[in-house]
Amino acid sequence: MCTYTTIAAPVSGSAKGPGGQWFHVTDATVYFDHPVHAMDEHTLNIDLSDPSRGPGQRVALELTAASARELLAAIAAALDAAPDELTA
Amino acid sequence: MSDSMTTRTVTVAGHGGDEVPAYLAQPEGAGPRGGVVVIHHMPGYDRATKEIVRRFAEMGYDAICPNLHWREAPGAAPDDASATVRARGGVPDDRLVGDVGGATAYLRGLPTSNGKVGVIGYCSGGRQSVLAACSLDLDAAVDCYGAFVTGTPPADFPLLVTSLVDRLPDLRAPLLGLFGNDDAHPSPDEVDELEKLVQENGKTYEFHRYDDAGHAFFAVDRPAYRVAAANDGWERIAEFYGTHLGN
Repeated sequence: MCTYTTIAAPVSGSAKGPGGQWFHVTDATVYFDHPVHAMDEHTLNIDLSDPSRGPGQRVALELTAASARELLAAIAAALDAAPDELTA
Repeated sequence: MSDSMTTRTVTVAGHGGDEVPAYLAQPEGAGPRGGVVVIHHMPGYDRATKEIVRRFAEMGYDAICPNLHWREAPGAAPDDASATVRARGGVPDDRLVGDVGGATAYLRGLPTSNGKVGVIGYCSGGRQSVLAACSLDLDAAVDCYGAFVTGTPPADFPLLVTSLVDRLPDLRAPLLGLFGNDDAHPSPDEVDELEKLVQENGKTYEFHRYDDAGHAFFAVDRPAYRVAAANDGWERIAEFYGTHLGN
């Protein structure tokens, strides 16, 4: 199935993208749908991008549902382990 | 019949008069012959879709696929273009109709045309194929597992997709529907609803439903590919277009 479901979030940070160049990312798009490359029928897909610099300025992730949850937990654990004053 | 063909990128006059790039494949020979507009799936104007265009040329049709993502992402890789369009809410229905209409007019304007043009779409393009056939003067339409032809998207749905139930009385071309029984969108119940509606509206239709097949069973480069369903589906398409697009 195509879930179509798409969730957007503003972000700020950097990513290493096309041509091995770092760039500032402003947008995250998250959706659970067919992947382009992963060998699963559906994956949790994340696009980190800077739309102002064109469609190709993007880092794409396609994760199985289980691994996406692992990543979510790992991100939460890393943030929780850091002092509050650094992550506020 | 020769399997020689010519392929090239052309420009069609799409929605609002925009010049939209389109991939064209034409069999060798003077015709006359029918034409097929291929609506690409949500992942974009990609290699797999262009292979489908060439397959229709091999089957004896002038075939064309407009790049529905071109406006947001001219010159971008198909996956990047698709991601950009998705982030902006998808392809608006009125623009889809305009672009498919432009591609249809292009095919009918070819010296090889017999005046008949069909449309086919996969996944999101399946719904768009039905939408086009409710809006344009087409001779045949094929819906390959399009979601939300019937059924209602959630209220907070982020993409510009609505059910086509209210549009089905306007369906003006014979409809071939190909569906997998393991699909959730469209579910077998939603396919039942679509069949009921086209019956009630007196439309010409033909549906085939496949066991051991879910969404995207035609997609040869994806794990969803199901050989038996895809092979039979291609035969059904060949017969359907042979009936409605032939000389």
